[in-house]
Amino acid sequence: MTATFLRRLYFTIVALFLAAPLIVVAGVSVNARQELTFPPKGFSLAWYGQIFADPEWRLALIHSVTLAVCSAAIAVAIALPLAWFLWRRIAPWANIFQVLGLAPFILPPVITALGFLTFWATVGLFGQFFTAIISHAIFFVTLPLVTLSLGFASIDRSLVEAAATMGADDRTVLKTVVLPLILPYLVSGYAFAFVLSLNEYIVAYMTIGFTTETLPIKIFNALRYGYTPTMASVSVFFVAVAALVFGSIAKFGDIRRLLGAMSSEGN
Amino acid sequence: MRREAPKSFADYTPLLFPGVMLVVFFVVPFSTMIAVSFFKRNPAGFYTPDFVIDNYARFLTTFFAGVLGFSLMLAVLVAVCCVSIAFPFTYLLTKRSRRVQTLWLVGLLSVLSLSEVIIGFAWSTLFSQTAGITNLFVALGLMDKPVALLPTFGAVLAGMIYQALPYTILVLYPALVRLDPTLLEAARTLGASPVKAFFNVVTPALRNTIVATLIMVFVFALGSYLLPQILGRPRHWTLSVLITDQAIYQSNMPFAAAMAVFLVLISLALVGLTLLVGRRENAL
Repeated sequence: MTATFLRRLYFTIVALFLAAPLIVVAGVSVNARQELTFPPKGFSLAWYGQIFADPEWRLALIHSVTLAVCSAAIAVAIALPLAWFLWRRIAPWANIFQVLGLAPFILPPVITALGFLTFWATVGLFGQFFTAIISHAIFFVTLPLVTLSLGFASIDRSLVEAAATMGADDRTVLKTVVLPLILPYLVSGYAFAFVLSLNEYIVAYMTIGFTTETLPIKIFNALRYGYTPTMASVSVFFVAVAALVFGSIAKFGDIRRLLGAMSSEGN
Repeated sequence: MRREAPKSFADYTPLLFPGVMLVVFFVVPFSTMIAVSFFKRNPAGFYTPDFVIDNYARFLTTFFAGVLGFSLMLAVLVAVCCVSIAFPFTYLLTKRSRRVQTLWLVGLLSVLSLSEVIIGFAWSTLFSQTAGITNLFVALGLMDKPVALLPTFGAVLAGMIYQALPYTILVLYPALVRLDPTLLEAARTLGASPVKAFFNVVTPALRNTIVATLIMVFVFALGSYLLPQILGRPRHWTLSVLITDQAIYQSNMPFAAAMAVFLVLISLALVGLTLLVGRRENAL
Protein backbone atom coordinates (compact mmCIF):
# COMPACT_ATOMS: atom_id res chain seq x y z
CA MET A 1 0.00 0.00 0.00
CA THR A 2 2.59 2.54 1.09
CA ALA A 3 4.90 1.29 -1.70
CA THR A 4 2.27 2.12 -4.33
CA PHE A 5 1.67 5.48 -2.70
CA LEU A 6 5.39 6.30 -2.63
CA ARG A 7 5.78 5.27 -6.26
CA ARG A 8 2.85 7.46 -7.30
CA LEU A 9 4.30 10.33 -5.30
CA TYR A 10 7.68 9.92 -7.00
CA PHE A 11 6.11 9.83 -10.47
CA THR A 12 4.02 12.89 -9.65
CA ILE A 13 7.03 14.87 -8.46
CA VAL A 14 9.00 14.05 -11.62
CA ALA A 15 5.96 14.88 -13.78
CA LEU A 16 5.46 18.19 -11.95
CA PHE A 17 9.13 19.10 -12.33
CA LEU A 18 8.95 18.44 -16.08
CA ALA A 19 5.59 20.17 -16.53
CA ALA A 20 5.90 23.18 -14.19
CA PRO A 21 7.87 25.51 -16.50
CA LEU A 22 5.60 24.62 -19.41
CA ILE A 23 2.44 25.21 -17.38
CA VAL A 24 3.65 28.68 -16.39
CA VAL A 25 4.59 29.46 -20.00
CA ALA A 26 1.18 28.27 -21.19
CA GLY A 27 -0.37 30.48 -18.51
CA VAL A 28 1.47 33.67 -19.44
CA SER A 29 0.76 33.01 -23.13
CA VAL A 30 -2.95 33.73 -22.62
CA ASN A 31 -2.53 37.01 -20.74
CA ALA A 32 -4.95 39.59 -22.10
CA ARG A 33 -2.35 42.37 -22.09
CA GLN A 34 1.34 42.41 -22.80
CA GLU A 35 2.57 41.50 -19.35
CA LEU A 36 4.39 38.67 -17.71
CA THR A 37 2.01 37.52 -14.98
CA PHE A 38 0.88 34.17 -13.68
CA PRO A 39 -1.90 33.33 -13.03
CA PRO A 40 -2.85 35.18 -16.25
CA LYS A 41 -4.91 38.36 -16.06
CA GLY A 42 -7.78 37.97 -18.48
CA PHE A 43 -7.81 35.52 -21.32
CA SER A 44 -6.74 36.01 -24.90
CA LEU A 45 -5.54 33.77 -27.69
CA ALA A 46 -4.30 36.79 -29.65
CA TRP A 47 -0.66 35.90 -28.97
CA TYR A 48 -1.12 32.64 -30.82
CA GLY A 49 -2.53 34.57 -33.78
CA GLN A 50 0.58 36.79 -33.61
CA ILE A 51 2.78 33.86 -34.67
CA PHE A 52 1.03 33.93 -38.04
CA ALA A 53 -0.15 37.54 -38.22
CA ASP A 54 2.97 39.45 -37.17
CA PRO A 55 5.24 39.66 -40.27
CA GLU A 56 8.46 39.12 -38.28
CA TRP A 57 7.23 36.05 -36.39
CA ARG A 58 5.63 34.66 -39.54
CA LEU A 59 8.88 35.04 -41.45
CA ALA A 60 10.79 33.29 -38.64
CA LEU A 61 8.21 30.49 -38.72
CA ILE A 62 8.62 30.10 -42.49
CA HIS A 63 12.42 30.04 -42.14
CA SER A 64 12.24 27.43 -39.38
CA VAL A 65 9.85 25.15 -41.23
CA THR A 66 11.78 25.43 -44.51
CA LEU A 67 15.01 24.67 -42.68
CA ALA A 68 13.53 21.66 -40.87
CA VAL A 69 11.76 20.18 -43.93
CA CYS A 70 14.82 20.44 -46.19
CA SER A 71 17.53 19.49 -43.70
CA ALA A 72 15.62 16.44 -42.44
CA ALA A 73 15.17 15.30 -46.07
CA ILE A 74 18.90 15.65 -46.79
CA ALA A 75 19.74 13.87 -43.52
CA VAL A 76 17.58 10.92 -44.59
CA ALA A 77 19.10 11.00 -48.09
CA ILE A 78 22.57 10.67 -46.51
CA ALA A 79 21.55 8.05 -43.96
CA LEU A 80 19.53 5.72 -46.22
CA PRO A 81 22.23 4.63 -48.71
CA LEU A 82 24.79 4.46 -45.90
CA ALA A 83 22.62 2.29 -43.65
CA TRP A 84 21.66 0.12 -46.64
CA PHE A 85 25.28 -0.38 -47.64
CA LEU A 86 26.34 -1.30 -44.10
CA TRP A 87 23.52 -3.85 -43.95
CA ARG A 88 24.03 -5.28 -47.45
CA ARG A 89 27.82 -5.42 -47.64
CA ILE A 90 30.68 -6.69 -45.52
CA ALA A 91 33.09 -3.76 -45.54
CA PRO A 92 34.50 -3.10 -42.07
CA TRP A 93 36.29 0.10 -43.09
CA ALA A 94 32.94 1.61 -44.14
CA ASN A 95 32.05 1.75 -40.44
CA ILE A 96 34.16 4.88 -40.30
CA PHE A 97 31.27 6.66 -42.04
CA GLN A 98 28.92 5.41 -39.37
CA VAL A 99 31.20 6.88 -36.70
CA LEU A 100 31.28 10.15 -38.67
CA GLY A 101 27.50 10.10 -38.78
CA LEU A 102 27.19 9.58 -35.02
CA ALA A 103 29.92 12.02 -33.96
CA PRO A 104 28.14 15.39 -34.44
CA PHE A 105 25.40 14.27 -32.09
CA ILE A 106 27.64 13.00 -29.30
CA LEU A 107 30.06 15.95 -29.21
CA PRO A 108 28.91 19.17 -27.50
CA PRO A 109 26.83 21.10 -30.07
CA VAL A 110 28.94 24.24 -29.75
CA ILE A 111 31.85 22.38 -31.35
CA THR A 112 29.91 21.33 -34.43
CA ALA A 113 28.45 24.82 -34.68
CA LEU A 114 31.87 26.48 -34.49
CA GLY A 115 33.20 24.00 -37.07
CA PHE A 116 30.49 25.12 -39.48
CA LEU A 117 31.06 28.80 -38.68
CA THR A 118 34.79 28.59 -39.48
CA PHE A 119 34.12 26.43 -42.55
CA TRP A 120 31.46 28.64 -44.17
CA ALA A 121 33.42 31.77 -43.30
CA THR A 122 36.54 30.30 -44.92
CA VAL A 123 34.82 29.30 -48.15
CA GLY A 124 33.07 32.68 -48.27
CA LEU A 125 29.47 31.47 -48.13
CA PHE A 126 28.85 32.62 -44.56
CA GLY A 127 25.27 33.81 -43.97
CA GLN A 128 23.59 32.09 -46.95
CA PHE A 129 20.41 30.27 -45.98
CA PHE A 130 21.33 26.98 -47.68
CA THR A 131 24.44 26.67 -45.48
CA ALA A 132 22.15 26.23 -42.47
CA ILE A 133 20.20 23.51 -44.30
CA ILE A 134 23.36 21.53 -45.04
CA SER A 135 24.74 22.11 -41.54
CA HIS A 136 21.52 20.87 -39.92
CA ALA A 137 21.41 17.87 -42.25
CA ILE A 138 24.89 16.83 -41.11
CA PHE A 139 24.22 17.70 -37.47
CA PHE A 140 21.07 15.54 -37.33
CA VAL A 141 22.09 12.72 -39.69
CA THR A 142 22.60 10.60 -36.56
CA LEU A 143 18.86 10.25 -35.98
CA PRO A 144 17.78 8.70 -39.33
CA LEU A 145 21.04 6.73 -39.34
CA VAL A 146 20.18 5.13 -35.98
CA THR A 147 16.51 4.46 -36.78
CA LEU A 148 17.36 3.10 -40.25
CA SER A 149 20.14 0.83 -38.95
CA LEU A 150 17.58 -0.46 -36.49
CA GLY A 151 15.09 -0.96 -39.31
CA PHE A 152 17.54 -2.89 -41.47
CA ALA A 153 18.55 -5.05 -38.52
CA SER A 154 14.90 -5.98 -38.02
CA ILE A 155 14.49 -7.31 -41.58
CA ASP A 156 14.25 -11.08 -41.76
CA ARG A 157 16.97 -11.96 -44.23
CA SER A 158 15.14 -15.08 -45.43
CA LEU A 159 12.47 -12.80 -46.94
CA VAL A 160 15.08 -11.05 -49.02
CA GLU A 161 16.69 -14.35 -49.96
CA ALA A 162 13.33 -15.73 -51.09
CA ALA A 163 12.92 -12.74 -53.38
CA ALA A 164 16.42 -13.20 -54.75
CA THR A 165 15.87 -16.92 -55.35
CA MET A 166 12.74 -16.10 -57.36
CA GLY A 167 14.94 -14.04 -59.64
CA ALA A 168 14.64 -10.50 -58.29
CA ASP A 169 17.78 -8.44 -58.75
CA ASP A 170 19.17 -6.03 -56.15
CA ARG A 171 17.13 -3.10 -57.38
CA THR A 172 13.84 -5.03 -57.41
CA VAL A 173 14.48 -6.45 -53.94
CA LEU A 174 15.25 -2.99 -52.64
CA LYS A 175 12.11 -1.51 -54.14
CA THR A 176 9.60 -4.27 -53.42
CA VAL A 177 10.84 -5.84 -50.19
CA VAL A 178 13.37 -3.73 -48.32
CA LEU A 179 11.93 -0.23 -48.70
CA PRO A 180 8.37 -1.14 -47.62
CA LEU A 181 9.80 -2.91 -44.56
CA ILE A 182 11.94 0.00 -43.41
CA LEU A 183 9.44 2.73 -44.30
CA PRO A 184 8.26 3.19 -40.67
CA TYR A 185 11.90 3.63 -39.56
CA LEU A 186 12.50 6.06 -42.39
CA VAL A 187 9.48 8.13 -41.38
CA SER A 188 10.45 8.20 -37.70
CA GLY A 189 14.05 9.10 -38.59
CA TYR A 190 12.74 12.00 -40.66
CA ALA A 191 10.35 13.04 -37.89
CA PHE A 192 13.09 13.05 -35.21
CA ALA A 193 15.39 15.12 -37.43
CA PHE A 194 12.52 17.47 -38.33
CA VAL A 195 11.50 18.23 -34.72
CA LEU A 196 15.09 18.69 -33.54
CA SER A 197 15.95 20.94 -36.47
CA LEU A 198 12.88 23.06 -35.74
CA ASN A 199 14.16 23.55 -32.17
CA GLU A 200 17.84 23.89 -32.90
CA TYR A 201 19.48 27.18 -31.98
CA ILE A 202 23.27 27.22 -31.88
CA VAL A 203 24.13 25.73 -35.30
CA ALA A 204 21.49 27.90 -36.98
CA TYR A 205 22.77 30.94 -35.08
CA MET A 206 26.40 30.37 -35.99
CA THR A 207 25.62 29.80 -39.67
CA ILE A 208 22.85 32.29 -40.53
CA GLY A 209 22.20 34.11 -37.24
CA PHE A 210 23.44 37.46 -38.53
CA THR A 211 21.25 37.52 -41.62
CA THR A 212 18.19 35.39 -40.89
CA GLU A 213 15.96 34.67 -37.92
CA THR A 214 14.55 31.20 -37.24
CA LEU A 215 12.01 30.83 -34.45
CA PRO A 216 14.53 29.86 -31.71
CA ILE A 217 16.82 32.70 -32.80
CA LYS A 218 13.87 35.10 -32.80
CA ILE A 219 12.85 34.00 -29.31
CA PHE A 220 16.39 34.50 -28.02
CA ASN A 221 16.71 37.93 -29.64
CA ALA A 222 13.31 38.92 -28.26
CA LEU A 223 14.40 37.67 -24.83
CA ARG A 224 17.33 40.10 -24.85
CA TYR A 225 15.23 43.09 -25.81
CA GLY A 226 12.39 42.47 -23.38
CA TYR A 227 9.37 40.31 -23.00
CA THR A 228 6.52 39.71 -25.41
CA PRO A 229 3.81 37.05 -24.82
CA THR A 230 4.32 35.79 -28.38
CA MET A 231 7.50 34.12 -27.08
CA ALA A 232 5.33 32.14 -24.71
CA SER A 233 2.79 31.20 -27.37
CA VAL A 234 5.57 30.08 -29.74
CA SER A 235 7.04 27.93 -26.96
CA VAL A 236 3.67 26.25 -26.37
CA PHE A 237 3.36 25.79 -30.14
CA PHE A 238 6.75 24.00 -30.15
CA VAL A 239 5.78 21.67 -27.31
CA ALA A 240 2.52 20.88 -29.12
CA VAL A 241 4.31 20.08 -32.41
CA ALA A 242 6.81 17.81 -30.62
CA ALA A 243 4.08 16.01 -28.67
CA LEU A 244 2.03 15.59 -31.86
CA VAL A 245 4.95 14.15 -33.84
CA PHE A 246 6.18 11.79 -31.11
CA GLY A 247 2.59 10.84 -30.27
CA SER A 248 2.02 9.85 -33.91
CA ILE A 249 5.22 7.80 -33.94
CA ALA A 250 3.98 6.02 -30.82
CA LYS A 251 0.55 5.46 -32.34
CA PHE A 252 1.69 4.11 -35.70
CA GLY A 253 4.96 2.50 -34.65
CA ASP A 254 6.59 1.00 -31.60
CA ILE A 255 8.29 3.86 -29.80
CA ARG A 256 9.43 1.60 -26.98
CA ARG A 257 11.35 -0.57 -29.41
CA LEU A 258 12.72 2.48 -31.16
CA LEU A 259 14.05 3.83 -27.87
CA GLY A 260 15.00 0.50 -26.40
CA ALA A 261 17.54 -0.05 -29.11
CA MET A 262 18.34 3.54 -29.94
CA SER A 263 20.61 4.29 -27.04
CA SER A 264 22.12 0.82 -26.96
CA GLU A 265 23.99 1.91 -30.09
CA GLY A 266 26.10 4.04 -27.79
CA ASN A 267 27.34 1.23 -25.61
CA MET B 1 20.14 -11.94 -49.49
CA ARG B 2 23.35 -12.71 -47.72
CA ARG B 3 25.79 -10.03 -46.77
CA GLU B 4 28.68 -10.10 -49.14
CA ALA B 5 31.85 -8.13 -49.69
CA PRO B 6 31.65 -5.55 -52.48
CA LYS B 7 32.93 -7.18 -55.67
CA SER B 8 33.12 -4.40 -58.20
CA PHE B 9 33.62 -0.67 -57.97
CA ALA B 10 29.94 -0.21 -58.79
CA ASP B 11 29.02 -1.93 -55.52
CA TYR B 12 30.47 1.05 -53.68
CA THR B 13 28.22 3.63 -55.36
CA PRO B 14 25.70 3.83 -52.46
CA LEU B 15 28.54 5.13 -50.29
CA LEU B 16 29.35 7.94 -52.69
CA PHE B 17 26.79 10.54 -51.62
CA PRO B 18 26.92 9.89 -47.85
CA GLY B 19 30.71 9.69 -47.97
CA VAL B 20 31.17 12.93 -49.88
CA MET B 21 28.66 14.80 -47.70
CA LEU B 22 30.15 13.63 -44.41
CA VAL B 23 33.73 14.28 -45.48
CA VAL B 24 33.11 17.68 -47.09
CA PHE B 25 30.69 19.01 -44.49
CA PHE B 26 31.91 17.34 -41.31
CA VAL B 27 35.55 16.30 -41.60
CA VAL B 28 36.60 19.42 -43.51
CA PRO B 29 34.82 21.91 -41.17
CA PHE B 30 36.27 20.08 -38.20
CA SER B 31 39.78 20.28 -39.64
CA THR B 32 39.22 23.94 -40.56
CA MET B 33 38.37 24.62 -36.94
CA ILE B 34 41.55 22.90 -35.74
CA ALA B 35 43.57 24.92 -38.26
CA VAL B 36 41.92 28.18 -37.19
CA SER B 37 42.84 27.46 -33.58
CA PHE B 38 46.47 28.10 -34.61
CA PHE B 39 45.65 31.23 -36.59
CA LYS B 40 46.03 34.82 -35.48
CA ARG B 41 43.10 36.96 -34.49
CA ASN B 42 42.17 39.69 -36.94
CA PRO B 43 39.85 42.24 -35.33
CA ALA B 44 38.74 43.50 -38.75
CA GLY B 45 37.82 40.15 -40.26
CA PHE B 46 37.60 36.63 -38.92
CA TYR B 47 41.29 35.65 -38.66
CA THR B 48 44.66 35.75 -40.43
CA PRO B 49 46.36 32.48 -41.37
CA ASP B 50 49.44 31.97 -39.24
CA PHE B 51 50.91 29.45 -36.87
CA VAL B 52 50.81 30.64 -33.29
CA ILE B 53 50.10 28.86 -30.06
CA ASP B 54 49.00 32.00 -28.22
CA ASN B 55 45.40 30.79 -28.29
CA TYR B 56 46.37 27.69 -26.37
CA ALA B 57 48.71 29.59 -24.08
CA ARG B 58 45.67 31.55 -22.83
CA PHE B 59 44.49 28.34 -21.15
CA LEU B 60 47.13 28.94 -18.52
CA THR B 61 45.42 32.07 -17.16
CA THR B 62 43.56 31.89 -13.87
CA PHE B 63 40.43 33.20 -15.61
CA PHE B 64 40.32 30.23 -17.95
CA ALA B 65 41.16 27.80 -15.14
CA GLY B 66 38.24 29.24 -13.21
CA VAL B 67 35.80 28.78 -16.09
CA LEU B 68 37.05 25.26 -16.74
CA GLY B 69 36.83 24.30 -13.07
CA PHE B 70 33.32 25.71 -12.80
CA SER B 71 32.17 23.94 -16.02
CA LEU B 72 33.46 20.58 -14.84
CA MET B 73 32.00 21.02 -11.35
CA LEU B 74 28.61 22.01 -12.77
CA ALA B 75 28.55 19.10 -15.23
CA VAL B 76 29.46 16.63 -12.47
CA LEU B 77 26.73 18.02 -10.24
CA VAL B 78 24.13 17.82 -13.04
CA ALA B 79 25.18 14.27 -13.93
CA VAL B 80 25.00 13.06 -10.31
CA CYS B 81 21.62 14.71 -9.67
CA CYS B 82 20.12 13.40 -12.93
CA VAL B 83 21.29 9.83 -12.48
CA SER B 84 20.14 9.70 -8.84
CA ILE B 85 16.68 10.91 -9.84
CA ALA B 86 16.46 9.01 -13.12
CA PHE B 87 17.75 5.57 -12.11
CA PRO B 88 15.00 4.64 -9.62
CA PHE B 89 12.46 6.44 -11.81
CA THR B 90 13.37 4.53 -14.98
CA TYR B 91 13.42 1.27 -13.03
CA LEU B 92 9.90 1.90 -11.76
CA LEU B 93 8.79 3.02 -15.22
CA THR B 94 9.87 -0.24 -16.85
CA LYS B 95 7.60 -2.07 -14.39
CA ARG B 96 4.50 -0.18 -15.56
CA SER B 97 2.16 -1.20 -18.38
CA ARG B 98 3.15 -0.61 -22.01
CA ARG B 99 0.58 2.17 -22.28
CA VAL B 100 1.98 4.09 -19.33
CA GLN B 101 5.53 3.61 -20.63
CA THR B 102 4.60 4.87 -24.10
CA LEU B 103 2.88 7.91 -22.64
CA TRP B 104 5.92 8.81 -20.55
CA LEU B 105 8.33 8.24 -23.44
CA VAL B 106 6.34 10.59 -25.68
CA GLY B 107 6.37 13.24 -22.94
CA LEU B 108 10.08 12.79 -22.26
CA LEU B 109 10.95 13.02 -25.96
CA SER B 110 8.88 16.18 -26.28
CA VAL B 111 10.76 17.84 -23.41
CA LEU B 112 14.11 16.55 -24.67
CA SER B 113 13.55 18.01 -28.14
CA LEU B 114 12.82 21.47 -26.75
CA SER B 115 15.18 24.21 -27.76
CA GLU B 116 17.58 25.42 -25.07
CA VAL B 117 16.15 28.86 -25.79
CA ILE B 118 12.68 27.69 -24.82
CA ILE B 119 13.90 25.84 -21.70
CA GLY B 120 15.80 28.97 -20.66
CA PHE B 121 12.79 31.19 -21.29
CA ALA B 122 10.42 28.81 -19.47
CA TRP B 123 12.62 28.62 -16.36
CA SER B 124 13.27 32.35 -16.33
CA THR B 125 9.48 32.77 -16.31
CA LEU B 126 9.01 30.18 -13.57
CA PHE B 127 11.67 31.91 -11.45
CA SER B 128 10.56 35.46 -12.25
CA GLN B 129 9.04 37.81 -9.70
CA THR B 130 5.77 38.53 -11.50
CA ALA B 131 4.87 35.11 -12.90
CA GLY B 132 7.11 32.89 -10.83
CA ILE B 133 6.71 30.06 -8.40
CA THR B 134 7.16 32.40 -5.42
CA ASN B 135 3.66 33.77 -6.15
CA LEU B 136 2.40 30.30 -5.31
CA PHE B 137 4.38 30.30 -2.05
CA VAL B 138 2.87 33.69 -1.19
CA ALA B 139 -0.63 32.37 -1.91
CA LEU B 140 0.08 29.39 0.36
CA GLY B 141 1.32 31.74 3.07
CA LEU B 142 4.90 30.47 2.98
CA MET B 143 6.38 33.80 1.91
CA ASP B 144 5.54 37.47 2.44
CA LYS B 145 6.04 38.74 -1.07
CA PRO B 146 7.14 37.25 -4.41
CA VAL B 147 10.84 37.49 -5.30
CA ALA B 148 12.91 36.76 -8.38
CA LEU B 149 14.95 33.57 -8.03
CA LEU B 150 17.36 34.45 -10.81
CA PRO B 151 20.06 35.02 -11.82
CA THR B 152 21.42 32.47 -9.36
CA PHE B 153 23.47 29.32 -9.37
CA GLY B 154 20.37 27.39 -8.27
CA ALA B 155 18.46 28.57 -11.33
CA VAL B 156 21.27 27.43 -13.65
CA LEU B 157 21.38 24.05 -11.92
CA ALA B 158 17.60 23.58 -12.07
CA GLY B 159 17.48 24.49 -15.76
CA MET B 160 20.32 22.16 -16.64
CA ILE B 161 18.86 19.24 -14.67
CA TYR B 162 15.58 19.88 -16.48
CA GLN B 163 17.39 19.71 -19.80
CA ALA B 164 19.41 16.59 -18.99
CA LEU B 165 16.84 14.54 -17.04
CA PRO B 166 14.83 13.25 -20.06
CA TYR B 167 18.14 12.41 -21.75
CA THR B 168 19.30 10.46 -18.69
CA ILE B 169 16.04 8.50 -18.48
CA LEU B 170 16.17 7.62 -22.19
CA VAL B 171 19.80 6.51 -21.92
CA LEU B 172 19.00 4.28 -18.92
CA TYR B 173 15.76 2.92 -20.39
CA PRO B 174 17.19 0.20 -22.71
CA ALA B 175 19.43 -1.27 -20.01
CA LEU B 176 16.65 -1.36 -17.41
CA VAL B 177 13.93 -2.57 -19.76
CA ARG B 178 16.11 -5.52 -20.75
CA LEU B 179 17.16 -6.37 -17.21
CA ASP B 180 16.73 -10.08 -16.64
CA PRO B 181 13.51 -10.39 -14.58
CA THR B 182 14.63 -13.71 -13.05
CA LEU B 183 17.31 -11.78 -11.17
CA LEU B 184 14.66 -9.88 -9.29
CA GLU B 185 12.42 -12.92 -8.85
CA ALA B 186 15.28 -14.82 -7.24
CA ALA B 187 15.89 -11.98 -4.83
CA ARG B 188 12.20 -11.78 -3.95
CA THR B 189 11.90 -15.55 -3.49
CA LEU B 190 14.84 -15.44 -1.12
CA GLY B 191 12.94 -12.91 0.96
CA ALA B 192 14.24 -9.51 -0.11
CA SER B 193 11.77 -6.62 -0.01
CA PRO B 194 11.31 -4.73 -3.31
CA VAL B 195 13.38 -1.82 -1.98
CA LYS B 196 16.13 -4.14 -0.77
CA ALA B 197 16.11 -6.03 -4.07
CA PHE B 198 16.46 -2.75 -5.92
CA PHE B 199 19.45 -1.57 -3.89
CA ASN B 200 21.20 -4.90 -3.36
CA VAL B 201 20.51 -6.65 -6.67
CA VAL B 202 19.46 -4.25 -9.44
CA THR B 203 21.87 -1.42 -8.65
CA PRO B 204 25.04 -3.57 -8.35
CA ALA B 205 24.07 -5.56 -11.47
CA LEU B 206 23.94 -2.33 -13.46
CA ARG B 207 26.97 -0.67 -11.87
CA ASN B 208 28.73 -0.24 -15.22
CA THR B 209 25.60 1.12 -16.90
CA ILE B 210 25.33 3.71 -14.15
CA VAL B 211 28.96 4.76 -14.60
CA ALA B 212 28.54 4.95 -18.39
CA THR B 213 25.35 7.00 -18.01
CA LEU B 214 27.05 9.38 -15.58
CA ILE B 215 29.74 10.06 -18.17
CA MET B 216 27.22 10.46 -21.02
CA VAL B 217 25.18 12.97 -19.00
CA PHE B 218 28.37 14.75 -17.97
CA VAL B 219 29.32 15.25 -21.64
CA PHE B 220 25.74 16.31 -22.41
CA ALA B 221 25.80 18.89 -19.60
CA LEU B 222 29.18 20.22 -20.79
CA GLY B 223 27.42 21.10 -24.04
CA SER B 224 24.82 23.39 -22.47
CA TYR B 225 25.48 26.76 -24.12
CA LEU B 226 22.57 29.03 -23.25
CA LEU B 227 21.13 28.14 -19.85
CA PRO B 228 24.09 29.50 -17.81
CA GLN B 229 23.79 32.71 -19.83
CA ILE B 230 20.01 33.14 -19.44
CA LEU B 231 19.62 31.89 -15.85
CA GLY B 232 22.97 32.81 -14.30
CA ARG B 233 25.47 35.64 -13.90
CA PRO B 234 28.67 35.95 -15.93
CA ARG B 235 30.53 34.08 -13.18
CA HIS B 236 28.29 31.08 -13.89
CA TRP B 237 29.35 30.90 -17.54
CA THR B 238 30.66 27.58 -18.74
CA LEU B 239 33.20 26.67 -21.42
CA SER B 240 30.43 26.27 -24.02
CA VAL B 241 29.06 29.75 -23.27
CA LEU B 242 32.55 31.22 -23.38
CA ILE B 243 33.22 29.62 -26.79
CA THR B 244 30.00 31.13 -28.20
CA ASP B 245 30.82 34.49 -26.63
CA GLN B 246 34.36 34.58 -28.03
CA ALA B 247 33.27 33.46 -31.50
CA ILE B 248 30.26 35.74 -31.91
CA TYR B 249 30.49 38.74 -29.62
CA GLN B 250 34.26 39.16 -29.18
CA SER B 251 34.88 37.93 -32.76
CA ASN B 252 37.97 36.08 -31.59
CA MET B 253 37.51 32.96 -33.64
CA PRO B 254 41.01 31.49 -33.13
CA PHE B 255 40.64 31.53 -29.34
CA ALA B 256 37.11 30.10 -29.59
CA ALA B 257 38.43 27.36 -31.87
CA ALA B 258 41.27 26.54 -29.47
CA MET B 259 38.77 26.17 -26.62
CA ALA B 260 36.53 24.04 -28.83
CA VAL B 261 39.44 21.72 -29.66
CA PHE B 262 40.11 21.43 -25.94
CA LEU B 263 36.44 20.60 -25.29
CA VAL B 264 36.52 17.95 -28.05
CA LEU B 265 39.52 16.32 -26.39
CA ILE B 266 37.77 16.19 -23.00
CA SER B 267 34.57 14.84 -24.54
CA LEU B 268 36.34 12.26 -26.71
CA ALA B 269 38.37 11.01 -23.77
CA LEU B 270 35.18 10.60 -21.75
CA VAL B 271 33.21 8.94 -24.57
CA GLY B 272 36.16 6.57 -25.02
CA LEU B 273 35.96 5.79 -21.32
CA THR B 274 32.23 5.05 -21.69
CA LEU B 275 32.92 2.59 -24.51
CA LEU B 276 35.56 0.92 -22.34
CA VAL B 277 33.14 0.58 -19.43
CA GLY B 278 30.48 -0.76 -21.81
CA ARG B 279 32.87 -3.34 -23.22
CA ARG B 280 33.73 -4.61 -19.77
CA GLU B 281 30.04 -5.03 -19.05
CA ASN B 282 29.57 -7.10 -22.21
CA ALA B 283 32.57 -9.23 -21.33
CA LEU B 284 31.13 -10.19 -17.97
